[in-house]
This record gives sequence, structure tokens and C-alpha cells, in this order.
Amino acid sequence: MSKVFSRRDLDFLLYEWLDAEALTARERFAEHSRETFDAFLDVSQQIAERDFAPHNRTGDLNEPTFDGETVTIIPEVSRALRVFAESGLIAAGFPAEHGGLQLPHVVQRACFLWFQAANTGTSAYAMLTAGNAHLLLAHGTDEQISRYVHPMLEGRFTGTMCLSEPQAGSSLSDVATKAVRQDDGTYRINGGKMWISGGDHELSENIIHLVLARVEGAPAGVKGLSLFIVPKKRLDTGERNGVVLAGLNHKMGYRGTTNTVLAFDDAIGELVGEEGRGLAYMFHMMNEARIGVGSGAVALGYTGYLHALAYARERLQGRPVGDKDPAAPPVPIVTHPDVRRMLLASKSYVEGGLALVLYAAKLLDEPSPENDLLLDVLTPIVKAWPSQWCRLADDHAIQVHGGYGYTREYPVEQFYRDNRLNSIHEGTDGIQALDLLGRKVTMKGGAGLALLLDRIIATADKTPDLGGPVKKAADRLAATTATLWAGGDAEKALVNATAYLDAAGHLVIAWMWLEQRRAAEGKEGAFYEGKRLAAQYFVTHELPRIGPLLDLLDSGDTLLRDMDDAWLG
Amino acid sequence: MNIVVLVKQVPDSGAERTLSADFSVDRASSSNVINEMDEYAIEEALKIKEAHGGEVTVLTVGPAGATDSIRKALSMGPDKAVHVQDDALHGSCAVATSKVLAAALRTLSPDLILSGAESTDGRVQVVPHMLAELLGVAALTGARKLTVDGSQLTVERQTDEGYEVVTAATPAIVSVWDTINEPRYPSFKGIMAAKKKPVQALTLGDLGISGDEVGFAGATSQVLEFNKRPARTGGAKVVDEGNGGEQLVSYLASEKFV
Repeated sequence: MSKVFSRRDLDFLLYEWLDAEALTARERFAEHSRETFDAFLDVSQQIAERDFAPHNRTGDLNEPTFDGETVTIIPEVSRALRVFAESGLIAAGFPAEHGGLQLPHVVQRACFLWFQAANTGTSAYAMLTAGNAHLLLAHGTDEQISRYVHPMLEGRFTGTMCLSEPQAGSSLSDVATKAVRQDDGTYRINGGKMWISGGDHELSENIIHLVLARVEGAPAGVKGLSLFIVPKKRLDTGERNGVVLAGLNHKMGYRGTTNTVLAFDDAIGELVGEEGRGLAYMFHMMNEARIGVGSGAVALGYTGYLHALAYARERLQGRPVGDKDPAAPPVPIVTHPDVRRMLLASKSYVEGGLALVLYAAKLLDEPSPENDLLLDVLTPIVKAWPSQWCRLADDHAIQVHGGYGYTREYPVEQFYRDNRLNSIHEGTDGIQALDLLGRKVTMKGGAGLALLLDRIIATADKTPDLGGPVKKAADRLAATTATLWAGGDAEKALVNATAYLDAAGHLVIAWMWLEQRRAAEGKEGAFYEGKRLAAQYFVTHELPRIGPLLDLLDSGDTLLRDMDDAWLG
Repeated sequence: MNIVVLVKQVPDSGAERTLSADFSVDRASSSNVINEMDEYAIEEALKIKEAHGGEVTVLTVGPAGATDSIRKALSMGPDKAVHVQDDALHGSCAVATSKVLAAALRTLSPDLILSGAESTDGRVQVVPHMLAELLGVAALTGARKLTVDGSQLTVERQTDEGYEVVTAATPAIVSVWDTINEPRYPSFKGIMAAKKKPVQALTLGDLGISGDEVGFAGATSQVLEFNKRPARTGGAKVVDEGNGGEQLVSYLASEKFV
């Protein structure tokens, strides 16, 4: 059985639950069939296991270096990315007129998960490139698409997103990079960007940076931000553009991906779309980017869980509590209740998180006003919940390995370090909490939240034995939301936003477990027993966590607002 | 160059495998894949086509379920496939299979026939030789390198001691080991294209072969019994009490390693 990821679970979720095959009835996906989906998943697994997983640790132990001239990365990365590009996976989800295969998001997401689980550091270059290409496809001109997107889809160019600056991370309204319009229609970009993943390397012919900057004279705040295409090398002359690598950041995990400080020194940039719409274009892609982060967190948690499970079945230690005979042979640690607790909790997190990620991806495949609204509400949860809870699965994986798990002899400590990033990038968990409570549940008069809760309750009603507590929790979340916003005081409503995100997240995952439970209904065998077990575990052991969170929210507690930071010492 | 690659579907050698009650390969309870060595033959065919032009055809003799492997093979890049399928083939020995393959190959008139050096289920390595005999063409077997120069083929033939350089003119059959190249993955575009590539179905009747020449009825060899490989034993433990080196050397000598 693969320790990278679970094809069995993907098959269950895609075919037995989400009915991905039914998507082929849509014109966009008509060329596809279960046969092609399976073939894509087969190839993804093969490449991930043979070309990505083997250098996961090597990349971690040998992070990219910069000698002042060139960034050096272990050669396995370039080889893996070449194989990845040749497979055509980057382009697979794109429209046929751009060389794509119109693969449904949900299947492409399932394919990507293999790579994110096998080697998150190497796969990041490809994911960033796909995100960049998607944005330009949506908002670039035909000429920009042919000059930049097509080479990216062919694997010749890679892409980045340059948003953050040293002084402006979560608060992008403070972005200070300047753009000055030139007579020839181009812009000159000056400023510094921070945390730019894939910002410099020799892995591709060119790197296409998408840079958020403020055109001279533009207003302060987010409305003054525009988006620019800034290639590392000029396409016309092949000379270096004014993009200078100021240094590499040395990270806790995700070490296979270069993370850079970039200085833009009179770099030539091309405007994307219209001036002043930069952040809107970025946010247009944010749903997908955030599903990508949630998916990465699931992948790392899932592979950690599979490693822990395999280890717990092999590792002999101790005897059952009731066994007094010291000469009795030791038992595999998987038989000890506390180890089972960690494994079952982890199973419920990673399989629950996976269901949510695929559910969200499928909403992108079936666009409708209702589905778009539902995805908007779910996005902060899809991003933040796996980042926290699938990371906890990696934490448990270390614990199951005991002292060995804390050493570099075993891979689980790396999964944990790699996964730690997911709560930070693409909007921290705190930002997701504000997005959910401050924007998503209030937008359109609360229609998004109402829709989500309707769906949850509909599933709960159809699941008599486990649905009761879930329905109750959904009703409570609705009431709490109303209480929080009753006064219309945003500062007061949002003071405990993280507790709200945690509660909403656990409710949504409980719903995902009811859904899986229903898909396993009447089916026999260990796999389906496992689904029923984990559903029951989540509803009985995990869902009750949200009671105290909602109590706190209902109480109107404002301790976090009222305190004085001087009291923190 | 007109190249035909022989592709056999076999039970996955990485998973549990067994035989059916009639001692034929149990396909129903195993996960069936392209014989691993055949992927190298496909890769070699594609490389020759890319360098010299021509056409690559996949030829498979096997039951209906072999279609999966044919599509997989086509997704790597060959142009078309021929699938010989007939219920009477069940239980065929290597001689009978070679007869069928030879008859199908005559309809295709290839310049070059490529195959894996062995299959992971049968592992007898005789089919390429039998085909050479039946078709009257040269057999360059066990290749670790193949060079094509016009109609001249040069092969480095892998042996236990080293390699032999052998040559022949087309038409010929070349069987390859996994040292010859690194097979490509099917690309996503290749997977989509494979759906539309022609797969010609042939029966024994189409090839002028009667049912009693093949299958159990026509088999020249018979499986009398089969047994699972014995479970691994614990092995010998050597405790070093000052003479560990000697014990190690005598073990290596007893196994003829030194």
C-alpha cells in the first residue's frame, strides 16, 4: 500500500460519493470518461512516487543556495519538473484552445494531491505556475496569453505571485511598490517584495512574476493597486529585466522551494487588465489558490497518517494492560488504545479534510450562482481547517513514532515542518477567520451561510443515527452568527473570529463525515467500516468541541479587545 | 520503419498472484498490467520512430480485459493496435501463442518486431525465438542497446559475463531488457489521444487458425501442479565471538559468492 497517498480513498470520494463521472455529461468535459480520469490518476501516482517522493528528504536537507549570482537547487527538482511538464498536468485543466484538456478541477485536484503529498517543495513550482497562468488566462490579453501563458503550460516558463512586501503582508493595502507609466505603454516597477516563492532559480527558461504595485498618483489603499507582468528576462532581447534577487529566506520547512526577497529596480512591466483592479484580479484566483493550500495541508497530513499507521502496525512495544506475563511477546503498538486514539483522530482529520477539498473543487466544475456562493463561504474553511487539523495529524504521526519520530531518520518530522506553512501563506488562519465572519457569512444578507447550513441540515436529516448533533450544531451556529452581528458593531463581532472559524470548520467537517457515511451505506469490508467508524468518531469525539467555542461567542466576551498589551509582560 | 511491439497483459508482479483451478494465470483476482519489460520495448519503438519515422503498432494476444493494457500502451504514443482475442486461446502454451502471434504479424508485415525479453508471469523467454523460426527472420534477443542504420540492426546482447554485439538486417525480432532505456510515462494528451486510436480486433478464424491448435487442446506442455514459494525462514544469526570474520567468509564461500 502506498504511504504517499490513498488511491482507494480518492476512488471512493470521486466515484462513490461525488459522482465525478457524471461531470462528463457536461459539454466542457464531454471528451472525458472514467477511463481517462483513472489513467490520469495512475500516471500522477507513478510520477509522484518515482520522481517526486524519492528526493523529498534530499531537498529538505539541501535547501537552495545563492552565491550572489546563481541559485543552486538539487538536480532532482529540475528532472521531476521536466517529467511533470511533459506529462501535461499543468495544462490539463485549461481550455482546449490553450492546449489544455478541459480536465475537471476535482480530478485535477486529486492528481495534484499525489504530488503535494510526495514532495510539497518541488510540486510548489508547478502549482505556482498553474496559478499564475490561470490568472493571466482570466484577465490577460490574447497577446499576453500567447506570450506568457502558453510557455508556462508547456513547462518552459515558471510563474510567481509577488504580493507581500516587508511591511505589507496580511495588509496588502500598504503595498508600496511603485509603477511609472512609460510612453510606450509599459511601466517601470520599483520596490521590494518579500516571501516570493519560486522567485529565482534556474529551473526554467524564464520566470514570470505577477507583481502588485501602485501606479504613480494612484490612491492609497487597495483601490490604488494594479497588477503587472514582470518577466525575469525580457522576452524581446533575452536580457535580464530589473528583477534582482536580494536574498533567500531560510525556512522551517518547505525547504525545496526557493523563497526570495526580490528587488525591482526599474523593471519593465506590462499592465494586466486595468489600473486599480490588481487586487480584484488576484482575489479572483484566490478561491483556487486557497483550495490549493488546503489541499497541500491535507496531502501532508494524509501522508503523515499513512506513515504513522504503517509504523504502528510494525512497531512491537509493550503488552496489553491485562497481560501480566513479562515473557509474553510484545504487541504492535496499533493495539494500544492511546495509539488508536491518535490514529483514528488523524484519519478523521485527513479523510474529512480531503472530502472538503474535493467537494470545493467540484463546485468549481459546476458553476451556478448557488454553487459560487457556497464556495465563497466555504473557501476560508477549506484553506484554514486542513492547515490546522491535518497539521495535527502530522503532530500525531510524530507522537506515534515516539522518539524516532522526532529524528530525521523518519520522514514525519518533515511533514510537520512542511505543513506548518499552510496556516501562514495565502492568508493566515487569522485572516481566514476575519474573512469568514466579517465578509462571507454576512454577504448577500447572510445568504451564503444560510445555503451552507441548509445543505448541512439536509444531509443531517437523511442520516438519522448521527445527524442529530450535527443539525443541532448547525442551528446553534446560525443563532450565534445572528447574535454576533445583532449590534452591527464589527469590532465587537469579530473579536473572537478565530473561535468562530474553529466552530464552523468542525461543523463543516462533521457534515463531510455524514456525507461519507451515507456513501458507505450498505457496503461491506474494512474500508467502509473505517468510514463508518471515523464518521462516528468525528461526531461523538470532535464535534462537541464546538459547544464551548459557541458559548464564548454567545457570551459577547471582549477580553481580547479590552486588554492592554502591557499586561502581556 | 514499420514496427510492431508485442505487448502482453500480466498480473501485477508487485501484488499477490496465483493460478486458477485449471492452472492458467488467475486474471480475475489480480490487478493486471502491461508486462513491465514490454514497456521498454514500446519506448524503444517510439524512439526509433522519432529518429527514423514510420509507424508503431501494438500487438496483443489476450482476453477482453487486455484492452486496458492496450489503451495504456497506446497512451505512451504508438499509432494503433491489433488485439487477437478468442475464447479458444485460454490455456495456450508458448508454442501455440507464437503461432497466433506469427499469423497476426504476417498480416502486418513489420520491418522490426520488438518485445520484452521475458514476461513476469511465464518467464520462459522463448516466444521471440519461436517467432523468428516461424517467420524466418533473425532473432536478436536480450538487447541492452539497439542501433538502427537503414535496414541494418545492431544489438548489444546482454549476457551474464558482459555483452555480445550482434547484427542482422530487417525484418527481424529484437527482445529487450530493462537496461535499454527508461520508458516514458503516458502524457495526459497521450491518454486522450489513445481513446481515438484504432484497435483492430482479430479472431483465430481471421488468422486461419483452428481452435484445437491452441488453448489447452493444442498445448504442447502441461502444468501438473504448482506450489507457493515457501515462506522466508529466519536465516542464520552470526554472533561475533572473535571469529565473526571467519564465519562471514565461510558463509559467503558456502553460497559461492567468493
